[in-house]
Amino acid sequence: MVQGSNMAECHPVGFQWVMAAKARGATLIHVDPRLTRTGALADLHVPLRAGTDIALLGGLINYVLCNGLEFREYVVAYTNAATIIGEQFRDTEDLDGLFSGWQDDKAGYATDSWQYEGTSVASSAGKRERGTRARHDGQGRSHERQATGRGHEHGSHGAALSDLSNIRRDETLRHPRCVFQLLKRHYSRYTPEMVARVCGIPVDVFLQLARMVTDNSTRDRTTAWAYAVGWTQHTVGVQYIRAASVLQLLLGNIGRPGGGILALRGHASIQGSTDIPTLYDLLPGYLPMPHPDAHGSLDEYVADDSADTGYWGNMRAYTVSLLKAYWGEAATADNDYCFDYLPRITGDHSTYQTVKAQLDGSCKGYFLNGENPAVGSANAKAQRLGMANLDWLVVRDFALIESATWWRDGPEVESGELRPETVGTEVFFLPAAAHTEKDGSFTNTQRMLQWHHAAVDPPGDARSDLWFWFHLGRRIRAKLAGSTAERDRPILDLTWDYPTSGEHAEPSAEAVLREINGRAADGTCLSSYQQLTDDGATACGCWIYCGAYADGVNQAARRKPHTEQNWVAPEWGWAWPANRRLLYNRASADPEGRPWSERKAYVWWDEGKGRWTGHDVPDFQPTKRPDHRPPPGARREDALSGIDPFIMQADGKGWLYVPAGLSDGPVPTHYEPQESPVPNLLYGQQHNPARQTSRRTVDPYQPSGDEPGSGVFPYALTTYRLTEHHTAGGMSRWLPYLSELQPEMFCEVSPELAREAGLEHLGWATVVTAREAIEARVLVTDRMVPVRVHDRIVHQVGVPYHWGGNGLTTGDSANELTHLSLDPNVHIQETKALSCDVRPGRRPRGADRIALVEEYRRRAGITAETGTAPRTAASPGGTA
Amino acid sequence: MGLRETFLPWPVLRQARAVAGLPGAGRGDRSGRGDSARSRVTDRLQPRTSTADRVVASVCPYCAVGCGQLVYVKDERVVQIEGDPASPVSRGRLCPKGAATKQLVTNPRRQTRVRYRRPYGTDWEDLDLDTAMDMIADRVLATRDATWTDEDSQGRRVRRTMGFAALGGATLDNEENYLIKKLGTALGAVQIENQARI
Repeated sequence: MVQGSNMAECHPVGFQWVMAAKARGATLIHVDPRLTRTGALADLHVPLRAGTDIALLGGLINYVLCNGLEFREYVVAYTNAATIIGEQFRDTEDLDGLFSGWQDDKAGYATDSWQYEGTSVASSAGKRERGTRARHDGQGRSHERQATGRGHEHGSHGAALSDLSNIRRDETLRHPRCVFQLLKRHYSRYTPEMVARVCGIPVDVFLQLARMVTDNSTRDRTTAWAYAVGWTQHTVGVQYIRAASVLQLLLGNIGRPGGGILALRGHASIQGSTDIPTLYDLLPGYLPMPHPDAHGSLDEYVADDSADTGYWGNMRAYTVSLLKAYWGEAATADNDYCFDYLPRITGDHSTYQTVKAQLDGSCKGYFLNGENPAVGSANAKAQRLGMANLDWLVVRDFALIESATWWRDGPEVESGELRPETVGTEVFFLPAAAHTEKDGSFTNTQRMLQWHHAAVDPPGDARSDLWFWFHLGRRIRAKLAGSTAERDRPILDLTWDYPTSGEHAEPSAEAVLREINGRAADGTCLSSYQQLTDDGATACGCWIYCGAYADGVNQAARRKPHTEQNWVAPEWGWAWPANRRLLYNRASADPEGRPWSERKAYVWWDEGKGRWTGHDVPDFQPTKRPDHRPPPGARREDALSGIDPFIMQADGKGWLYVPAGLSDGPVPTHYEPQESPVPNLLYGQQHNPARQTSRRTVDPYQPSGDEPGSGVFPYALTTYRLTEHHTAGGMSRWLPYLSELQPEMFCEVSPELAREAGLEHLGWATVVTAREAIEARVLVTDRMVPVRVHDRIVHQVGVPYHWGGNGLTTGDSANELTHLSLDPNVHIQETKALSCDVRPGRRPRGADRIALVEEYRRRAGITAETGTAPRTAASPGGTA
Repeated sequence: MGLRETFLPWPVLRQARAVAGLPGAGRGDRSGRGDSARSRVTDRLQPRTSTADRVVASVCPYCAVGCGQLVYVKDERVVQIEGDPASPVSRGRLCPKGAATKQLVTNPRRQTRVRYRRPYGTDWEDLDLDTAMDMIADRVLATRDATWTDEDSQGRRVRRTMGFAALGGATLDNEENYLIKKLGTALGAVQIENQARI
């Protein structure tokens, strides 16, 4: 199942394995608004209206539950289906699209009523009341936690649970408040007929799809779900993936070979830049950045986030080891291992907030490290105007990308909104080294680290980012030498002595990987995160990467050919954690430890040897018997039983229902996108009530559904990638081969829409939203299918987002059209489902372009308030 | 000059002989598009992969599939980049972007010199890399000093600067991201972000 991804075109070489599976008899289904090469190669292509995937997935969940097709033994043993939820919880069924805990004054949820009966979770009151300052009541507390975007801190683990022994379970799954019954009720209205009306998928096609998926999800067969940013770039993006998690857990498809939910990530090391995060809310290994309220000291920080049970119970060891890697000798037990050196976060400080801070003038300096937000980030104008308000900007890239040259040739210079003579931003462009010119590791989409070796020296002034950041830090430390300012201690005490070589003094990437891997007190490389201690004896830059340099060997550089090892290929590169290639693989065996079937054998209990074994590294304590039951009061991983495969969760179970950690609901629910041509048929609540909106002149929103003026933007719009270009174009639009293969920005429309809007194939179209108007060549194709939804036909427009004004092939950027309404959990923008108008001809030039967009805004009656109400007025839910 | 060096190798004659099944013609080349069509220039060609000084193992820098690449180097220049057949991920294959990687790294359009635009400037200027690094270090420290916050407006201890930010990229190495986060954190900068958010 490929959904929210065009795998054949965006991950072509990975797709060879899909085709290999198909050749061996696997069924391939593609759900996507457009027919692409993925759909063309599939057994079934299902077009749907962009932005309605949760309605479809909810329909599949309902189909499973109505027909008793869940993998009952797996569901009872390995998920929280049997867990009983507290009496206070109210579902969207009760509140017309809202959950209990909604607070109008805070435009967010207090999540206390979502908890398991008999327990409390980490974000509630209780043990978390030991902060440095007076505590709020429980409700305010949980609200604040979600407002800081700290749902994402649970990137590698679930929230803590206070006392496992108090959890109540009904393994008959009949208790009216058990998760299983709650799901049945929640999804009861996601019928095939409703799916048809919301998504535009005919009932017979839906039933065919449902049968294909459920027939293939058994002891003998597993179904995998692959997705990409077609799922994440929504105001309900996290809940898209959650919906797939619920379905896959019900079908027993998690932790088993050929199953899973596969995030097809789009950049060479985007997984690595999440694990070793350049993200505001995380420290390496998904440790949360501290918050001043609850994290005054290391003890408070650990008490607040650590779980008593599950592997997250070792969080203190991971944290202390990181602080030792950062501050070395200076980090001691007496000074809390320099915990106080960490800056604190107090809210959402993500990249789109940074843009607003630039517009406001509070953020004055900006580094762009191989990133081109003037083309690649939502609302490109806001990005450029933010940069135009900076004191200084440093751009490191291969070529003079749009984010480096907007001050002289950007769209605002053309329109007269900016003139170079009035832009005070000082711009440094520093050329970057390519991957062939530096050592280092990428982490691919399967969590596998692979080392690339420097082949040649970089040309001219080009340098690696390792070089840039190391030498910048070295210079800053030299300039601050002798400072007695308290704020400078974290810099001066920092371990920053990497060996260098060559005429450019290139720092050693292997030395950095060794620091990431970690070392024991005697300086030897650690081999497993289980060796980490909380007494300062070990140092480790990223606990989940511990073992990447085991035995003093760069494990990421291993390249034993696939022909010389088994099909799991464990000796090629190194996967975190502990070189496991398939996470939670204890679930590939039944509760007794036997493979669910011989065909799907992967990891199993070997009674003779008294340990887990199989084709992969078992993701379980190796000698914990399947029939092990923990004694009362056991802690950390020892608190989990022999049938608890999800070892990063406090209860060891896969969470069908999430009692804490999400900002917008414990169970996925369909809401319409921020901008939608139709009303929400499922509930009175139109949008995700907890979504973020910006309320800025530069970021106006359009009316939706049946609101007055929504007809001005009647078509659905979605953005996408092409095989021959790469994201914002910095690595493709300057290459002759790739520019020749895809030479021009275009928009894709159906023949029906072309007739309705008067568009000609290969002619020009102007696409308009409340933000901007762009032009594109017209591609009229029956790959785009109008969908019948609600009581009307909805036409869809597809636009690739690679183009900008610079390079060998140029064109308008799709991100001129997009807006800054965000998912509340992870602050990702909604660029996969918007609404727009499309008209024949090229867009106006100069100031006329602004006038055209203003005219649209006027006709649609757009004000600063349009589209910003969290709760839909007619919805009674807020009174709960 | 022997007879075979003159007109006999002409493709049209070789093709005719192949079609007629005459001795000396390319066997089984009835269409005349196989051995019959080979020229001496073709025979003398050598693949760049066989004349390279060394082969360096690498990984494709585009999407996150992580296809194996082999980088062929001659005279300290990259002369070819191909898929690595040993890789269990890609089995030697590359997509159009991956196959264009040599053009990415040897592209004459690559900018290889520092460019500098002063405030209110109308054009780029040259700048020495060493000077640029020093100026950037000064800018970071000045902005940090001007915007340093020990306590926020609610009196909470935050010890940070919101005065500068970093974005990207997701094609950086793990080791590079590690240094960015480490240095940024030590400086008190929290707005350290990358493409993973986008």
